[in-house]
Amino acid sequence: MKPSPLSREVGAGRGQAWLINGALLSLAIISLAPLLWMLSVSFMPAGEASRFPPPLLPSALTLGNYRELFGRTGMAHNFANSLLVSSAITLGSLLVNTLAGYAFAKLRFRGRQQIFQVLLAALVIPAQVAMLPLFLLMKQLGLVNSFGGVIVPALATVFGIFLVRQYARSIPDELLEAARIDGASELRIFFRIVLPMLKPVLVTLAIFTFMAAWNDFMWPLIILTDQEHYTLPVALASLSREHIMDVEMMMAGAVITVLPVLLLFLLLQRYYLQGLMMGSVKG
Amino acid sequence: MRPTLGRKLMRTPVAGWMFVAPALIILGVFFGLPVFAALLLSLTDFDLYALADSDNLRFVGFNNYLDLLQTAIFWKSLGNTLYFVIVGVPLSIAVSLGAAMLLNAPLARFKALFRTALFAPVVTTLVAVAVIWRYLFHTSYGLVNWALGQVGIAPVDWLGDPRWAMPTIILFAVWKNFGYNMVIFLAGLQTIPQDLYEAARIDGASKWRQFRHITLPMLGPVLLVVAVITVSGYFQLFAEPYVITRGDPLQSTVSVLYFMFEEGFKWWKLGRASAVAFLLFAIILAVTTLMLRLGKRKDLI
Repeated sequence: MKPSPLSREVGAGRGQAWLINGALLSLAIISLAPLLWMLSVSFMPAGEASRFPPPLLPSALTLGNYRELFGRTGMAHNFANSLLVSSAITLGSLLVNTLAGYAFAKLRFRGRQQIFQVLLAALVIPAQVAMLPLFLLMKQLGLVNSFGGVIVPALATVFGIFLVRQYARSIPDELLEAARIDGASELRIFFRIVLPMLKPVLVTLAIFTFMAAWNDFMWPLIILTDQEHYTLPVALASLSREHIMDVEMMMAGAVITVLPVLLLFLLLQRYYLQGLMMGSVKG
Repeated sequence: MRPTLGRKLMRTPVAGWMFVAPALIILGVFFGLPVFAALLLSLTDFDLYALADSDNLRFVGFNNYLDLLQTAIFWKSLGNTLYFVIVGVPLSIAVSLGAAMLLNAPLARFKALFRTALFAPVVTTLVAVAVIWRYLFHTSYGLVNWALGQVGIAPVDWLGDPRWAMPTIILFAVWKNFGYNMVIFLAGLQTIPQDLYEAARIDGASKWRQFRHITLPMLGPVLLVVAVITVSGYFQLFAEPYVITRGDPLQSTVSVLYFMFEEGFKWWKLGRASAVAFLLFAIILAVTTLMLRLGKRKDLI
C-alpha cells in the first residue's frame, strides 16, 4: 500500500515530535546533570571523584563527607546562621513591604504618586553603588560582623512594595469603606481584611525573599568578617579556598546549601513563577 | 460625588504616611543615603588612614575618576565585563528563547516537568553551583574534559588558560540563568494568537519565516524588556569570578565589580572604589537608555 499524503504528514509530525522532545530532554539533562553529579559525589568515599576516568556514581555510599563537614568545619553553625538571617529578613520585610504596598495601592496621601515614581526610578541604581558607604554606616552603628548588619538593610525592597501594590489594587474600595463606616481603625482594617485577601501574593513574596536572602553573597561577604557569623554561601566560598582538593566534602557542602531552596521551589513553584511573571511585567 | 466617601478618605492621609514610613525610612537610610554618600565619597581620597581617623580625609574633586581612566587594570576589568555582556547576553537570550519555543511547541510532551527541570538552576545558590563548575571544568579530572576526550577532543585548560576562563564563566552564567527569561518568553509566546501561524502555514510560509515575521515582532516588547534587564544584570558580574577563578588567570576574569570589591574591601580605598561604582552605574544607565531609545524608534514599546 502506498502511503497516503496524510500519513506522510503524520510521519513528518512524528519526526518533529522526536526532534522537539529530544531537544527538551537534552536541555533538561544539561540543566540537572551538574546538580545530580554534586549529589552523587557528596556520597563518594574521599578521593574517589579525583580519579580518572571520573566516576559518575559512588562505589560505596558513605555519609562520611557530611559527618566531616559538620564535625570539622562548623558548617552546621553556618546553616543555622543562614536560616536565622533568611527567616528574619523574610518575616520583617513581609510586614514592611506589605504595609507600604497596600498604602500605595489603596490609601490616599499627599505625594503618593511622586514617591512611588521615585521608588521605581531607584530600581535602576545597582545595589553595589550603596555598599561602600553602607559599610561605613554599619560601622558607625556597630553592626559590622553582626546578623543585624545583614538583616536591617534587607527589610524593605522596591520589588516587594511593587508586587504587593499590584495585587492590592484589586481589593474593592467598597469593602474598605464599609469597614471604615463601621468605625474600624486603619490598622484593624489592614490586619483583619486586607492581609487575608493578600495571602497569595504574600506566599509569593515570602518565597522570593527567602530565596534571595539565602542565596545572597556579596553583601554578607562584606559585612560578616568572621567564620562564626558567616552565612552558608560565604562559608562555602571560604571553605572552597582552603579545601579545594576535598571534592567530596565540598560537594556535601554544596548540597546542604542548595537543597533547602531547591526543595522550597519544588514545593511552591506555582507561587514562585507567578511572582516572576508579575515582577517582570513592570516594564 | 459621594460626600461620605470623600469625608472618610480624609482620615487616611495620616494612616497612609504611617503605613509607608517604615519602608521609606529603611530604603532612605540604608539605600538612598548611601547612594548620595557614595557620590561624595568618590570625590575624596578616603582610604585606610581615613577609616582610622576621619581627619585624614581630603576632598580631591574628580581625581579618582581621572586616575581610574589611566589605570590599566580598570580598563582591563571593563573590557572583561564588556566581553561577558556582549557574548553572554545574546547567548543567554537565544538559549532562553529557544527553550521557550520548544516548551511552547504543540508537539512537546511533559511540559510542566521539563519547565521545572530547565528552571531548577535559577533557584540554586550561585556560590554552591559555581563550586561545582570548578570541578566539572577541571583540566585533568573534570567530567567535561573527559566527555570531550571520548569524542577525540584534546583536554582544554578551561580555568587556567586566559583565553578560556571567561568563556567558561559565560557558559556557567547561561546555564544558571536561561530558565528565568525562558519563563518570561513562554508567557509572551502564549499570548500570540495561533491563527496567525495558521494563516502563514496556508500561505506556505516556512518555519523560519514564521519565526521572523510573526514570533519575533509579536515578542518585541518582551524581548526589549528582557534584554535591558539581562544587560544590567550581567554588567554586575561579581560572584562568578570571585568563586570560580578569583579573577585569574592573568586577570582575564577580573570584572568591574570584582575590581571595586578589591579596591574597597581589600585595600580600603573607599573613595576610589566609589568612583568605580559610579562609573559602572553610568555605563549601565547609558547602555540601557540607548537600548530603550532604539527600541522606541523601532516601535517596540
